[in-house]
Amino acid sequence: MVIREQAPTVPEPVEHRATTRGTARPQARRRSRFAAWYRQGGPTVVLFALPVVLIFLYFSWGPIVNGLVMSLQRTNLVAPAQWVGLGNFQYVLADPALGQATINTLYFTVLAIVFGFPLPIFLAVSMAELRGRSWIYTTLAYLPVIVPPVVSILLWKVFYDSSADGLFNSILGLAGIPPQPWLDSPATAMPSIVLEATWAASGTAVIIYLAALTSVRTELYEAAELDGAGIWSRVWHITLPQIRGVILVMLLLQIIGTMQLFTEPYLFTGGGPQGATTTILLLIYNYAFVNGDYGAATALSVLLAAGLCVLSAVYQFTTRKWSTD
Amino acid sequence: MSRTRTAERSLISDSDRKRRGVRIPLTIVQLLILIGLLIAGLGPLLWLLKAAISPTQDTLRDPLAFFPSGVVQWQNLATAWTQGHIGYYLGNTAILALGAMIANLFVCTTGAYVLSVLRPKCGRILSGAILATLFIPSIVSLVPLYLTILKMPLIGANLSNSYWAVWLPAAASAFNVIVIKRFFDAIPREYFEAARIDGAGHLRVFTTVVLPLSRPILGVVALLAVIASWKDYLWPLLVLPNPDLQPISVALPKLAQHSELNIQLAGLFLALLIPVVLFIVFQRSFLRGVGMSGGVKG
Repeated sequence: MVIREQAPTVPEPVEHRATTRGTARPQARRRSRFAAWYRQGGPTVVLFALPVVLIFLYFSWGPIVNGLVMSLQRTNLVAPAQWVGLGNFQYVLADPALGQATINTLYFTVLAIVFGFPLPIFLAVSMAELRGRSWIYTTLAYLPVIVPPVVSILLWKVFYDSSADGLFNSILGLAGIPPQPWLDSPATAMPSIVLEATWAASGTAVIIYLAALTSVRTELYEAAELDGAGIWSRVWHITLPQIRGVILVMLLLQIIGTMQLFTEPYLFTGGGPQGATTTILLLIYNYAFVNGDYGAATALSVLLAAGLCVLSAVYQFTTRKWSTD
Repeated sequence: MSRTRTAERSLISDSDRKRRGVRIPLTIVQLLILIGLLIAGLGPLLWLLKAAISPTQDTLRDPLAFFPSGVVQWQNLATAWTQGHIGYYLGNTAILALGAMIANLFVCTTGAYVLSVLRPKCGRILSGAILATLFIPSIVSLVPLYLTILKMPLIGANLSNSYWAVWLPAAASAFNVIVIKRFFDAIPREYFEAARIDGAGHLRVFTTVVLPLSRPILGVVALLAVIASWKDYLWPLLVLPNPDLQPISVALPKLAQHSELNIQLAGLFLALLIPVVLFIVFQRSFLRGVGMSGGVKG
């Protein structure tokens, strides 16, 4: 705003006078307004805005709108698209695979939250108390995040070798625990995927919590200490409440992220054994890129996205009391 | 991020640290965490290095032993490099990542400049529309985005099997636009005014004032863009069906199916080497960038 006033735009007042007097014909007024816009660098503004507008139109806004439209159509790219109303949704909801996939996805999310959510908080709070060598800890914690997911999945597949000589089974053997089937059994396949996913993702959360912890007001510790609060009660009553905004957001992001799990089940098990690791995203992938049924795929995507939106709205609403401070 | 020895007090005060009842458990906990992190963070990578230069039978029979048969097969790495064309695929990955980074920087800095500095009348609508995409789960647009690539609306071009199919969608990052815009917002407006009085146009202000001042944030965004592109699997798998164009992440699972275990592990090790070296070199920027992205989300 400021800049525009500072810019050498002498003719503007003249134009204003002309419009208020109403002597100029509308067309001329429009032309002079255009001239002023032009002289103020209007075209440059448009040029600057063009990349972001075009890119978002083509690759963000467009596909989002198109996703909503396509969920109401039958389309396979060969025949012209047909409106089928809610037919795709009916088809998707009637698919017996959906129930199993939903249960699998929720199972994964619950396991991933139970194991993967408290761990980074614990690590970050402990690591924030390090004096000196803390960079060793942060580097080590972040190292798994650097490993490309495909590399870590293929590597963990070797770790999960279900023979007695597999790496994990050998380690269990040292402790006298019998070999586990890991990815080969419907009962243990999903927990195995959760284990790898937790390993791969925790580093990011640790770094984010560490950054949040630097903003904790330290005089509160002082006050609590004078009041005789021990270390645990300081963690519970000062540290965690001070970073609860970040904790709440991270929990939501983690739920949303884990509900959209694809690469791990796709590469680890392909959805097996016996469909025990087929997630909703894998189902969407199969609809679209195996069956070529784009309508059903987008319908299920829209359902999942709507579910996630409702979830985050409810979450934001119920946690509003705690997070604002 | 790094706490120095003279750091102001934290959760546990200096007087606490002098008490034996605190010092000993604290040291033990920190030591246990260090051991845990060593096993979890470094362990798999070191094991991969060992297995990459071991005979397959050693890895299969006794994965925990240190070269049980005494054979070290350095040639595995060379075999994987030539047989699996690892170097070629790493080249593809680098081109994809660099292109995604450049597209990201170009689109997001110009966009942020419009929203933060130029502020046209419709700027509010534009920034609202960009922000809104953050709240819509990306899964909605996966299939339509794929169809967009197959046939670009209005233009009608088919971008599949071209690197643009990866570069351009990567640039539509609302998160980056907003992070950069916030950084631009913090630049004192007087700088722009001074430049304008000197007769600089919008473009000159952008290239000579705004961009040089925001080098730190641009570095972070560039780094995050490279990592995201390096890690991506599903999208390049979909839009680059031609094996000659695929990045290493798409090529590795195929290599894993067609080669012996030791060659496969050597391939994994080679694919891992570059990200790890980059991380160690740019460690500070990495960790700052990740910490900051959390701050923006929070």
